[in-house]
Amino acid sequence: MNKYITAYYNDEEDLLKGIKQLKSKGIDVADVMTPFPVHGLDKALGFRRSRLTRVAFIGGAIGGLTGFLFQAWVFTKAYPLNFGGKPFFAVPSFIPVTFEMTVLFAAFSMVIAFFIRSNIGPGAKTIIHDERSTDDRFLLVVDIQEDEEVKQVEKALAEAGALGIQFKA
Amino acid sequence: MYVSPIREPLIKGNKDYSQVTKDILAPMAGTPSKYWYMGMTIAGAAALFGAWASFMTVFYGIGTWGTNKTIGWAWDITNFVWWVGIGHAGTFISAILLLFRQKWRTSINRSAEAMTLIAIACAGFFPLIHMGRLLLGFFIFPYPNTRALWVNFNSPLLWDVFAISTYFAVSLVFWYVGLIPDIGTVRDKAKDKIRKAIYGFLSFGWTGSAKHWSRHETISLILAGLAAPLVLSVHTIVSFDFATSVIPGWHTTIFPPYFVSGAIFSGFAMVLTLLIVTRKALHLEDYITVNHVESMNKIIILTGSIVGIAYLTEFFMAWYSGVEYETYAFFNRAFGPYAWAYWIMMTCNVITPQLFWFKKIRTNLVATFIISIFVNIGMWFERFVIVVTSLHRDYLPSSWTMYKPTIVEVGLYVGTLGLFFTLFLLFIRVFPVIAIAEIKSVLKSSGEHQKHADHE
Repeated sequence: MNKYITAYYNDEEDLLKGIKQLKSKGIDVADVMTPFPVHGLDKALGFRRSRLTRVAFIGGAIGGLTGFLFQAWVFTKAYPLNFGGKPFFAVPSFIPVTFEMTVLFAAFSMVIAFFIRSNIGPGAKTIIHDERSTDDRFLLVVDIQEDEEVKQVEKALAEAGALGIQFKA
Repeated sequence: MYVSPIREPLIKGNKDYSQVTKDILAPMAGTPSKYWYMGMTIAGAAALFGAWASFMTVFYGIGTWGTNKTIGWAWDITNFVWWVGIGHAGTFISAILLLFRQKWRTSINRSAEAMTLIAIACAGFFPLIHMGRLLLGFFIFPYPNTRALWVNFNSPLLWDVFAISTYFAVSLVFWYVGLIPDIGTVRDKAKDKIRKAIYGFLSFGWTGSAKHWSRHETISLILAGLAAPLVLSVHTIVSFDFATSVIPGWHTTIFPPYFVSGAIFSGFAMVLTLLIVTRKALHLEDYITVNHVESMNKIIILTGSIVGIAYLTEFFMAWYSGVEYETYAFFNRAFGPYAWAYWIMMTCNVITPQLFWFKKIRTNLVATFIISIFVNIGMWFERFVIVVTSLHRDYLPSSWTMYKPTIVEVGLYVGTLGLFFTLFLLFIRVFPVIAIAEIKSVLKSSGEHQKHADHE
């Protein structure tokens, strides 16, 4: 287990300012726990755009193709049935099922990818640093590589207005 | 930050983040009130009535119903369409209003989505029970079988199977993904160990990490983008059940938009019925304010007017088409033996929602509650009128007949109402009824205290 320091803010704007200050001092913020999505935090922490949208697109494409090709196969190859002389390869009437399959696959693939990528799932064990980070505290985690850093980081955090600074090993 | 000085705050009272958590989690703590038990008793009794009716249907068969050779579809399909329609409001609120960036949705989306899921479950019950042989229900799914036979992909009834099951699955995922952060809050606020363990399991290990939030935001937006056309497709496909047939009064191209707006209309009415009571009973008046009710009433005016225009258009087209059968079907609706049902529908759906043009009425909770009940009744009768009046006098006058429900059919309908309220009452005890994280994210721009602070 690595060593780290946690600290918290009571307001999201102080948090954003604090992160900026820490960054200017060359201190990397490992993680931030907030009770709700804070706007501007992605930018402050330098996150790239999530690629989950691509997963949704690929999932949707697979679903749609599966739905359409399956229906086409059933009605032209597997068991062609004559419905009142209508064409066997009846594209318009395949659309509803194709559409539903697209949506179903896109939604599920994206959500499953989200769970896997974020390492969360039913009964997942994660560390909860502060039980109020899902209530009203904006928690900061800074990783420590060497013991000498501790004092320096603690000082920087205090200067950046962070509260409840704790060193955990 | 610029704050509109004219707009009323969405959340009343001087609240900080921890107060929001406390207020919204309060209804889940302690023992339920005596009103909750009363509601549960009534709803449970209704559900038991439904269980008896289901038993009768399965044991003795469809013969226990009032349907006959001419009127093969009656209350079962009426109830099915009614329940699916009610479900639409939840998805509309959570998906379409999210895409339109309507912040007021944050107070009502959670409970409306829960209502959606319960309503779809109630709806799904009817196609299953009307098969009579429940054990053959799996025949509706395309699966490899020894007869080498597949389902009929040209049939709107099969499209319904795909539409409804996809709709339920995607709504469930959308609702649960939104719920995960709030379950995390419940877990961290839980005092006893068992509660903590259960909510810890359900919270999927949510920590509120910034990266998770960033992804959560992305998938919420994409899920909304997927759910918005999905919800429109579902009632469109339900309307195809009728529109693709050759029965006068059903065979019209106006059905998809007319059904979708009717669905949102009835769904909002049901949301209002539930929330006006819920906000009072759970003391959430600061979160679900009169402004929320007013906004929903405005949507009711819009969708109610679309439904009204659709009724008139149908009539016009019946005359304008010059088709004898079509003309007769509509004349028979308005002046035939089921005219009473038609005029109940017209009064409840076309006239009562127009009262919301008056600000006094649309901001009055009692009036809104009463009108919402009227809309629920009217929309049920709309489906009844469409189904039964179109069928009861078909092309052969010798087979003309009337339809009357039996006690078993009444039981099935009352049973789903009981199931609906039972599950909703359970929901308000088990999960936070308002999206806590979403409320917190709009608190600064729309909270009362925060707004005033900016102007001092």
